[in-house]
Amino acid sequence: MNRARHNPLNSAASHAVLILYTIIALFPVFVILVNSFKTRRAIFSEPLTLPTGDAFSLIGYQTVMKQGDFFLYFQNSVIVTVASLFFILLFGAMAAFALSEYRFRGNMLMGLYLALGIMIPIRIGTVAILQMMVASGLVNTLTALILVYTAQGLPLAVFILSEFMRQVSDDLKNAGRIDGMSEYSIFFKLVLPLVRPSMATVAVFNMIPIWNDLWFPLILASGEKTKTLTLGSQVFIGQFVTDWNAVLSALSLAILPVLVLYTIFSRQLIRGITSGAVK
Amino acid sequence: MTALVLENIHKSFGAVDVLKGISLTVEPGEFIVFVGPSGCGKSTLLRTIAGLDDASSGSIRIGGRDVTNLPPAKRGIAMVFQSYALYPHLDVEGNMSLGLRQAGEDRKIISERVDVAAKMLSLTTYLKRRPSELSGGQRQRVAIGRAIVRKPELFLFDEPLSNLDAALRMATRVEIARLHRQLGASMVYVTHDQTEAMTLADRIVVLRDGKIEQIGSPMALYNDPDNQFVAGFLGAPSMNFLTAAPLGAPGTTLGIRPEHLTVAAKGRITGTITHVERLGGDTNLLVNTDRGETITVRLFGQHPHQVDETVALDFDNRHAYSFDLDGMRLRS
Repeated sequence: MNRARHNPLNSAASHAVLILYTIIALFPVFVILVNSFKTRRAIFSEPLTLPTGDAFSLIGYQTVMKQGDFFLYFQNSVIVTVASLFFILLFGAMAAFALSEYRFRGNMLMGLYLALGIMIPIRIGTVAILQMMVASGLVNTLTALILVYTAQGLPLAVFILSEFMRQVSDDLKNAGRIDGMSEYSIFFKLVLPLVRPSMATVAVFNMIPIWNDLWFPLILASGEKTKTLTLGSQVFIGQFVTDWNAVLSALSLAILPVLVLYTIFSRQLIRGITSGAVK
Repeated sequence: MTALVLENIHKSFGAVDVLKGISLTVEPGEFIVFVGPSGCGKSTLLRTIAGLDDASSGSIRIGGRDVTNLPPAKRGIAMVFQSYALYPHLDVEGNMSLGLRQAGEDRKIISERVDVAAKMLSLTTYLKRRPSELSGGQRQRVAIGRAIVRKPELFLFDEPLSNLDAALRMATRVEIARLHRQLGASMVYVTHDQTEAMTLADRIVVLRDGKIEQIGSPMALYNDPDNQFVAGFLGAPSMNFLTAAPLGAPGTTLGIRPEHLTVAAKGRITGTITHVERLGGDTNLLVNTDRGETITVRLFGQHPHQVDETVALDFDNRHAYSFDLDGMRLRS
């Protein structure tokens, strides 16, 4: 038994640090949530108090709902995020499996080439991407965003997943081969379930930047039909007047789906069915 | 019809030659054990037979069919791995039946065969459990069951007992020997443990550096080794190698097994005991000879020898082996 783990002083100290960090991390979220339920006056006079009595107001939410297209923006964001994550995980895992499992000419070079994307930000290529999208008639479609985000997420996904796939026992894959499983069923039925925790890691890493991104929706899909939540919320921020109630309410609503997705993935992070497979 | 024929198998990874011309014939029902130090190519040879690695050249025939270019599933083999390699998401029954289901076998036949195998390995009560809920010994039995269910023409074992503790290893060894008698199937077994090799094999194949050093029954290899490597590899404690000339023997090296040395009042070898191992049934003496060589003596029963005692040792010439400079046996 580890003595340090049972020392109450150590335990208290580590809890204090964790609690402090939690407070710091949750503070902005708390401020946004609390103020979204207040009148405009109350937001500016007492930003840190709870929305009670006169200060309480749902005006922000009402404005957001009345804005009409808010649900469409919401739906767009969900579609783009979920579809991009799906493709990042699918293609990332496939590429990682090929790189880690098969010996072929140029394996190393291919791995390096795919890893390059981690170092070069995709935004550098914005102009070229826009030209491509215009040429292929994909401007103002959700497909354009999904393609760009998939490309953006793949390098890191391939890098992380291939590292994890190397750890999956060769014997297990070989047992599958001897039992007559195809390479596809080895990949989908044996390897993927074993690297599920790392898939969840990749999903969480990619989800939040995609959900929050303003740059590509603004450039590639700024049409009314294809606006995402982040872009849609910008209508409340004016050059001279900003409707803070509406901005805060929209942001509060935008946090929800991320929380739900994160809960799903984090459960995968914890669950491990690996135990007992090998050794 | 032969169970397995290997003809001049070569295998190289890049510039490194791992297998250098292996030829071997296995008769039906034979239990063959590949043994050798680590890195000798025995596992690679097994993987080549299984089709998990391709041979660079040479041909492989299993049950009379040329399988050199067939995928593992079509070779009529089943393999048991050192790490068990059970499918973590399937229960015991699912693990054992997957191969047959992939082959599109009839459901009734599958469940019959699984039942028979489960009974043979006393796994009947565990059929619905996941691998993570089984002990190490049970997992290895499931892995063996998975092989039995496929009714292969050839069983391949890749160091199946290495992950088990000593007591379980002995029990599973006996179990494998019993299964071999019961099934009458041809088996190829890879191990670095000479006890497993000696106790299980009909014939042992000793490998070194990708080449076969000697093939023969355990006792033939033990009593009549072709060279110094085989002589030193089989037997524990291993054979003593002494400079031949001072003992008046032919060749450069004289090999004497520890159990063939006796403590005598007057012997050809004298030395000082540096260590005594008392095992109850045996007593092992480590002796530093006057010529600066260290030799092991294995005495049966219990003996009162002490460290630093001076002893004289003798041996029977019939139990001494002469080797030339290259380590080849000189038979008189």
